[in-house]
Amino acid sequence: MSLRKETAGGAAKEDYTPVTYDPQYILMVNNLKKYFPVKGGMMSQTVGHVKAVDGVTFNLKRGTTMGLVGESGCGKTTTGRTILRLSGEKTGGQVLFNGKEIYDLSNKEMRAMRPKMQIIFQDPFSSLSPRLPVGEIIGEAVREHNLVPKAEFNDYIDKVMDNCGLQPFHKERYPHEFSGGQRQRICIARALALNPEFVVCDEPVSALDVSIQAQIINLLKDLQEQYSLTYLFISHDLSVVEHISDTVGVMYLGNLVEYGKTADIFRNPLHPYTKALFSAIPIPDPNAKMNRIVLEGSIPSPANPPSGCKFHTRCANCTKRCQEEAPVQREVEPGHYVVCHLYDK
Amino acid sequence: MARKKAEGYLSGKESRRISKENRKTTNILEKKRKRKNVPESEYLTKMHDPANAVEFDNLHTYFFTDAGTVKSVDGVSFEVPVGKTVGVVGESGCGKSVTSLSLMQLLQRPQGQVVEGEIRLNLGDKAVDVAKMPYEAVQHLRGNFVSMIFQEPMTSLNPVFRIGDQLNEVIELHDGEGKSKEDVKKRTIELLEMVGIANSEGVYKMYPHELSGGMRQRVCIAMALACNPKVIIADEPTTALDVTIQAQVLDLLRNLKDKINSSIMFITHDLGVIAEMADYVVVMYAGRIVEKGTAEDIFYHPAHPYTIGLMASKPVVGKQVDKLYSIPGKVPNPINMPDYCYFKDRCEMCVEKCGGEYPCEVSISPTHKVSCYRYSDGQTPDAARNTEEKKGGTAS
Repeated sequence: MSLRKETAGGAAKEDYTPVTYDPQYILMVNNLKKYFPVKGGMMSQTVGHVKAVDGVTFNLKRGTTMGLVGESGCGKTTTGRTILRLSGEKTGGQVLFNGKEIYDLSNKEMRAMRPKMQIIFQDPFSSLSPRLPVGEIIGEAVREHNLVPKAEFNDYIDKVMDNCGLQPFHKERYPHEFSGGQRQRICIARALALNPEFVVCDEPVSALDVSIQAQIINLLKDLQEQYSLTYLFISHDLSVVEHISDTVGVMYLGNLVEYGKTADIFRNPLHPYTKALFSAIPIPDPNAKMNRIVLEGSIPSPANPPSGCKFHTRCANCTKRCQEEAPVQREVEPGHYVVCHLYDK
Repeated sequence: MARKKAEGYLSGKESRRISKENRKTTNILEKKRKRKNVPESEYLTKMHDPANAVEFDNLHTYFFTDAGTVKSVDGVSFEVPVGKTVGVVGESGCGKSVTSLSLMQLLQRPQGQVVEGEIRLNLGDKAVDVAKMPYEAVQHLRGNFVSMIFQEPMTSLNPVFRIGDQLNEVIELHDGEGKSKEDVKKRTIELLEMVGIANSEGVYKMYPHELSGGMRQRVCIAMALACNPKVIIADEPTTALDVTIQAQVLDLLRNLKDKINSSIMFITHDLGVIAEMADYVVVMYAGRIVEKGTAEDIFYHPAHPYTIGLMASKPVVGKQVDKLYSIPGKVPNPINMPDYCYFKDRCEMCVEKCGGEYPCEVSISPTHKVSCYRYSDGQTPDAARNTEEKKGGTAS
C-alpha cells in the first residue's frame, strides 16, 4: 500500500547518527520527528504534513527537571506525548528510555514499561472522568498493573493520596466536588501511584490561580526529592519554568532552538527568539524598564514552514544565509546549545 | 448505594424552601428593572468627583442560588479616573468579573442582582446610576460608553458569522444612525487596521476559526472600541495568550487608550501584567476590597497580608528562591462567610483584634487604603512593621 507507507514516514531516510546509551541519562531523545498527515482530495490522500516535531535532540539526567518552553503551537505538547509513545508512531529519530528504544518494544513490553513513565495533563477539569470516584481514578492503573497485593491496596491508595495532600475520605467523592487545585492534586496522585521514574508535566499549573500554583509547584518539588523523580516540565510560563527546572529547552516551530542549564539560558539567552521571548515577560514592578523586543506577526504554519532557519521571517538579525540554509545545533558554552547561524565561528 | 450525608449538603426540602424565597426576592427586583418608559430623573445622579469616569459606591451584587445566597460582591467602592487604568487583582471567584458585569448589567438573570449600592457613570454632560437603570436604558450605554473585552477570544466570537459582519453589527446597533452600509464597512476596515491587522480586507471576509488567538483578541478589541467608549473593561484579555502575543496586545491597548482618551478597568490575576498596565490597583478577596492604592503603593509597600502573600507566591524571573510561599488554607465558602475578617483563617500575621468584626478601611497614606487591623490611620506599612518587630523583640 503506497498510501500507508507515505503516511507512516514523511522523512523516508534516516538522517541522523544513532546515539549509544549513557547510564547517567534516563531519557535520550535524538532527532525526534513527528509529522501529522494532512488529508485532502477525493480519496483522502495525504497532501502534506504538519511538522509538529521536526528534529528535537536532548538528554535528560536522572532526578533533574527539564523545562520546555515556547509559544502555543510550537510542538511542546506533541514532543511530550511522542516521548511517551502516546501519539501513534514516530516519524523519525530515537527515544531511548533507560537505554531502550521505546518504539521498538512490543505491546506487551510497552505495557510493562508504562508505569515507569507517566504524564500529568494540562487541564484538571477535563482530564478526570466525571463518572469515577477519586479512589478509583487513582487506583485503577495500580490494580491493572498488579503493583500491590490486593490486601494492601486500600492502604497504598491512602498513602499516595496523603503524599499529595488529599484526605482519605476524598476517595468516595467525584471530581466535580473538588476545586481546581485539588483536582490537579488528584491528577498528580494518579501519575505517582504507579511509582514512576519519569513524569511529563504538561502545563500542570497554567489553569490555576497564583496562590494555588505555588502549592502545586511546591508539591511537585517535594515529591521529586522524595521519590527522586525526573520531570519534563512543559509550560509557557517562563517564571515558573525558571523556578522549577535545572535545564531549559526553548522550542520554535517544532525545533529546539536553544537548550542548556537554566541559569545560563536566563542570564545569557543567545538565540534571537529566546531573547524576544524573555523580554516579553511582564515584571511585577511598576517602574521597571522594558527593553522589549517585539516580534512582528505570528508563528508560521507548521504545514508549510519557511525555508532555511524557520525563525528567519520574524528575526531581526536575519541574513541571506538564514533564508537558505538551516542552522545546526552547536555547543557555544559547555552544556549550552543553540541552533543559529549567528554563533558560527 | 446510599451516600452518607456529609456536612455542607442540603436536603431537597431545604433547597426548595430557599429557591421559593429567592424567587420572591428576584421577582420584585426583576419587575422593577423591566419597567418601560422610566423617566430619566429616576436614575440621574451626580459624580462625587467629575474627574472620575466610573465610581463604584458600596456595591453589593448577590446571586440567589438554590443552595443559598452568594455574596459575590459585598460592599465594593472604588473609582476609575478619566484616562487612567485601574487594575483589579484577585483569585478566581473573588468577584472581580462580577463587579465589571454589574457595570455592564450583564449579570446572569434573574439569580444575579445588584441589591445595594451605586455605580455612577460619567456621561460627560450628565451622570447616571447604572445600578438603578432599567434594562431598556442600559442598552444605550453598552458599546457607546462602556464596552468589554472578554477573556477568551476563542469563545466570545460567533463561529458562524464572518468577522466583518460581527463588527458591522456593533456599529449599526450602537452608532449606526445616518450611516450607509458603505460607511459602516469603511469604519470596520478602519478599526481592523487600527488594531494592527495588516490584511484587513481579507480578515473582513474570514470566519473566526481562520484566525489565530492573538488575531481573534485583536478583533475583540476592535469590537470593543468600535464606538469610542469612555470606559473599556478588559476582563483577563491576555490570560489565554502567549507571552509574545500578550506583549503585542498590551502595547496595543496602551496606545489605543491614549488615542481615544478612555479609561480602562483591567481585570487579571497576573501581577506582572498589572504592574505594567495599571496606574491604580485594587486587590479583591472574597467579594471585598482588601487593599487599594497607586501601583507604586501596592507593589513597593504592600500592606494587607493577602497582597503580601500573593506577591510572594509568584515566581519572578531573575529572583531564585528555594521554596515558593503558598498561602495556607483556602477561600471561605461564599455562602457562609465568617463574621470576622475573611482572611483571618489563612493569615499568618493575625493580631488579637482580628477575631472581632470585619475590619473597616483605613488610609495609611493619601492614596493607599487597606482593610486590616494591623494598621491605623496615617501609619505607613513600614512603620507598622517596625513597631511589630519591636514588640516581637521584647516578647522574645
